[in-house]
Amino acid sequence: MTNVRGAGIGLLALLFLAAVVGPSMLGQFDLLQLSSFAAMALATLGLAFAWGYVGILSFGHAAFFGLGAYAYAIATTNLGDSTLAVPLAVLLPVCFSVLLGYFLFFGRIGQVYLAVITLCVTLILFSFMNSTADPSYRIGTAPLGGFNGMDAVPPLNWPWQPDAPLTPAEMFQLCFATLGLTYYLLRLILRSGVGRIMVAVRENELRSELTGYDVRLYKMLAFMVSAAVAGLGGCLFTANNGYVGPTVFDLNQASQFVLWVVAGGLGTLAGPMIISFGFQYLQIFLGTRQFLNTSLVFGAIIIFFVVLVPRGLLPTLQDGAKALRRRVPAVTGRSRMTRRIAKRI
Amino acid sequence: MMDHAIDIAVAVATSIAVLTLISLGLAVIFGMMRIINFAHGEFIMLGGYATVEAVTHGVNIWIAMLVVAPVTVAAIGAVAERLIIRRFYGQLVTTMLATWGLSLFLIGLVTAVFGNTTRGVAAPLGSVAIGAYSVSAYQLVLVAITILLSLICLLALNRTRWGLVARGTMRNPEMAATLGIDPVKVYAATFATGAMLSGLAGGLLAPISGVIPHMGAAYVARAFVTVISGGPALITGTVAVAALLGPLEAALSLVATPVIGQAALLIAAVILLRVLPQGISVSWQGTRR
Repeated sequence: MTNVRGAGIGLLALLFLAAVVGPSMLGQFDLLQLSSFAAMALATLGLAFAWGYVGILSFGHAAFFGLGAYAYAIATTNLGDSTLAVPLAVLLPVCFSVLLGYFLFFGRIGQVYLAVITLCVTLILFSFMNSTADPSYRIGTAPLGGFNGMDAVPPLNWPWQPDAPLTPAEMFQLCFATLGLTYYLLRLILRSGVGRIMVAVRENELRSELTGYDVRLYKMLAFMVSAAVAGLGGCLFTANNGYVGPTVFDLNQASQFVLWVVAGGLGTLAGPMIISFGFQYLQIFLGTRQFLNTSLVFGAIIIFFVVLVPRGLLPTLQDGAKALRRRVPAVTGRSRMTRRIAKRI
Repeated sequence: MMDHAIDIAVAVATSIAVLTLISLGLAVIFGMMRIINFAHGEFIMLGGYATVEAVTHGVNIWIAMLVVAPVTVAAIGAVAERLIIRRFYGQLVTTMLATWGLSLFLIGLVTAVFGNTTRGVAAPLGSVAIGAYSVSAYQLVLVAITILLSLICLLALNRTRWGLVARGTMRNPEMAATLGIDPVKVYAATFATGAMLSGLAGGLLAPISGVIPHMGAAYVARAFVTVISGGPALITGTVAVAALLGPLEAALSLVATPVIGQAALLIAAVILLRVLPQGISVSWQGTRR
């Protein structure tokens, strides 16, 4: 336990160190790209929390991310100042998560159906945003832009000073500091009483319920936290890139968050966060090289991870390290198929 | 007026048929086997491509749709089952991720081989005049084939020994194994059957919708909500939901846009599930397991 805590604090220190020294070591392009990666990693933390610790497998995480992104774009275009746009970009996804959570948790919909329904909701948003190309679809002075999305979204500015936008270096520092702080806050939540109950819900819903906790409420709470984090990620992402389009809601985006959590290690926060950087870099690398079809390679990578590293990178590495120390071979998690089938009964 | 009514009736019947067609394969793979197959849309896509390719190479279009497409996709499904799916029976989340990877892989593969362009085949049979309107004869055939196919599935599942073995194995594989049935083989065969149905759907839809590598995304969500809302009675539940939601989609697509129609379908399904969390067919089938 102390080991894990130490590693967590180390990671936190590393993120803050990056925020401090990054701007003096990296070029403009790298700063912009890494800020965008960090915004995505931030959103990933939300899902790593809700799925890994509370057991809510939501394919709707992209919906929260996208709603945050669009809310920021619309609000800041209208207001000409990003001060209020940021809280709005967090608030809108949270409100949406409450609405969705009412149907999902209070309807006591099973884990599988929950995944499928959240995916459907995300795809509805995708279709809707795609069909808003007509100029009559506008909120205030901000046209939604349909398939082309909204470009020329103003960057973040210092609070109440619309004339003082953040430079890429400052944006980079903000993104990494926010990532570090959110990581720390989520760890605090998990260590608190509420967090422990959430983990108990993941471990055994019925038992938690019989002990007297309203499972639905704790799930809803976790869902709201994850939506808030995703919205913040979407907001930073749009502010950094100056663009948001319907693809934030598409199947690729929806599944990407899930992939990062699985590949990084379900039940950890650091794993998904770290691996999201790697995957985003790989995606851009493949996209610019064009020597192989991106979805072909990604599909193969996902299958590879699911088949060979089913528990994710971080837990596998941790086990490997432990096994090395004890000189005991690591236990690989593949049992016979018949046992798998028997488990279902 | 009468002609107009017939015209609308055909549109509604077609939308029900399409919804049923795209859901039948998933009803087997997800409804029976509890595998969340995110590659379902890609199975449909592959069926479409198989048809288009066969027709381009001079195969009769009916043979291409009804034989080549299902056989090709069944073979691909069998390979996927052997290499990937087989390892994860009973682990819902893992199968979901594995099939999602498979889905991306297949999209990438088809894009690399056939290119990212829309292709199609001409619908056979021309059109039939109904008063002042003319209806595509192929749509009528599509509806007829769907009805026939649903009946065959229903009978195969409930009235044949094969269906009994499959249902029994899904319910209790250990018991089936003690009775001398190899669950591994039954699982493989059932998965291939589901893939075959999806391929058939893709083949039949190719003349209507054309084919493009990422076309699966348009079907997968609708197929899932239809099967989930259908509930424990696989075929009758699926058909019932299709009959309920198909007209809604058709009507709203006609009045507003196809996007609104699809959104309305998904929203209606979510509300339906809030009211009947077990799916619509609990009312005549009882709860599952």
